[in-house]
Amino acid sequence: MTTLPTAVGTRESTGGAAGTTPAAPSGRRRRRGPNASQWTAVGFATPLLAYLVLFYAYPLWRNVDLSLHDYTIRAFVQGNPEFVGLDNFADVFASSTFPAALWNTAVFTLVSIAFQFTIGLALAVFFRSGFRLSAILRALFLVPWLLPLIVSSSTWAWMLNSDNGIVNSVLESFGVGQINWLTSPDTALLAVTIANIWLGIPFNLVILYSGLQNIPGEVYEAASLDGAGAWRQFRSITLPLLRPVSAITILLGLIYTLKVVDVIWIMTTGGPGNASTTFAVWSYREAFGTGQPDFSPAAAVGNILILVALVFGFLHLQLQRRQEAS
Amino acid sequence: MTSTRPWWKTALGVVFTALMLFPVYWMVNVSLTRTSDLRADPPHWFPWDPTLEGYRAVLAQQLPALGTSLLVGLGCVVLTVLIAAPAGYAIALLHLRGARTLNFLLLVAQMIPAVVMAMGFYAIYVRLGLLNTVGGLIVADSTIAVPFGVLLYTAFMSGIPRELLQAARVDGAGPWRTFVAVVLPVSRNSTVTVALFAFLWAWSDFIFASTLNRNGSLVPITLGIYNYIGNNTTQWNAIMATAVVASVPAAVLLVLAQRFVAAGVTAGAVKD
Repeated sequence: MTTLPTAVGTRESTGGAAGTTPAAPSGRRRRRGPNASQWTAVGFATPLLAYLVLFYAYPLWRNVDLSLHDYTIRAFVQGNPEFVGLDNFADVFASSTFPAALWNTAVFTLVSIAFQFTIGLALAVFFRSGFRLSAILRALFLVPWLLPLIVSSSTWAWMLNSDNGIVNSVLESFGVGQINWLTSPDTALLAVTIANIWLGIPFNLVILYSGLQNIPGEVYEAASLDGAGAWRQFRSITLPLLRPVSAITILLGLIYTLKVVDVIWIMTTGGPGNASTTFAVWSYREAFGTGQPDFSPAAAVGNILILVALVFGFLHLQLQRRQEAS
Repeated sequence: MTSTRPWWKTALGVVFTALMLFPVYWMVNVSLTRTSDLRADPPHWFPWDPTLEGYRAVLAQQLPALGTSLLVGLGCVVLTVLIAAPAGYAIALLHLRGARTLNFLLLVAQMIPAVVMAMGFYAIYVRLGLLNTVGGLIVADSTIAVPFGVLLYTAFMSGIPRELLQAARVDGAGPWRTFVAVVLPVSRNSTVTVALFAFLWAWSDFIFASTLNRNGSLVPITLGIYNYIGNNTTQWNAIMATAVVASVPAAVLLVLAQRFVAAGVTAGAVKD
């Protein structure tokens, strides 16, 4: 799983404040004015700037281009697609897949986050109490997060196999009949959500755990002197003090879950029918999943996803600012 | 931290960990199961009668794919560090103008779904003839790691004591020498973290591999597994054996570099 560890943009303030001090003594460089040192800075940043233009902006622009034209395979090769304006977007919104994808994306994302976060928080609190072997066990919890997605997804697919899967075998011993996890439209979304929850727990655990560590122990000691029990401490200390970290964890989880393709594609390819098709999977399927690549609607769906990502990007920035201010 | 360290908590912790890691255990278990036992009902909970036929299949068929993945991963590491380290230096220590905007762009860049990038790259590569090339895949995979790398370097380098840089300057070092002789060595841990994640993400990538490189003569191991699933759904022991082998880098990282891993996960989400 590619999570989005993002560095804090805090240090500008420190950098700026300290920046005036070391710049002063370097007399010669200083006399040439701020331009010279600014050119050096730009020089060091040039590889990144070139990279961003070539390998981010350009592909994204191509993507917008794809969504505004009617790219058939022939047009792709010959390079003369017809300009259709926003027709592709209109088609996407009118498509019968749209409501299904919207519903599935919402359910997949919200249910995943709710469970990942709750379980992650519970485990973080549990591990914080510090017992023998806790460090090793906590490290082992990272394993699902480090495995390639194809590995965990295919393992889950086999575990949930209707006839030979271990999950059904266990359920049958409790008298539950065979469940066609991945092949029935009723359970496909549930199946991929379960796998995704499992994948996201380590990330939530690690972030929330380090958030917990920043809460001073004295606060808890004072509370327990006042006679507050474990639950009371959790409600009145842990939850409120952890709120900034929780907000960022949930937001990063949202952003990650919205773009998930691998897990769903490998387990169910979004099927049966559209039963587990989210926007990201829909986009992938249109472009690469069938023998007939249809890039234009796929790019339109992709661009909708980017708009959503941008909204969350701004939200993330706001949260970071607020966290820095606190 | 309590002074009494109750064993029951350890026991509970072991149970939780075992539950969490059950799928991983199951992967190993299935990889050692004989083909004839794969469809046994109930499934074998333990490979009493282990076989290495799955692993023999991996060795016979997937070695080139492992090599490709290794190559792509290493290429990605080099590209990422080459771009991210100087950029972090410029933003954190050289007071690059517009750094705030750049930070925001990098943040947004991380949020762009890979499938969108894949379509853009596909459209570009198809014209340039870069589809199904290792170089093309390295570039595409590096887009996952570069923004992360820059942000991580920036965060770390901002914490480098100014006195250190001043001392270098007094000794007559220019910006380039300061970067190479002072900043880079001091930032070694960040480089390890960035390299680690760049490798892991490139190694694990499925979306770019399955879109930009699916007909290549050199496919990475993730695609090797995927093609396996598509081709012979009966040989799950071989699929799981490949999965076990593909998990080796993750396991090695966890053992050798756990603190770097934790550092990478929490970078920025939590204020230190």
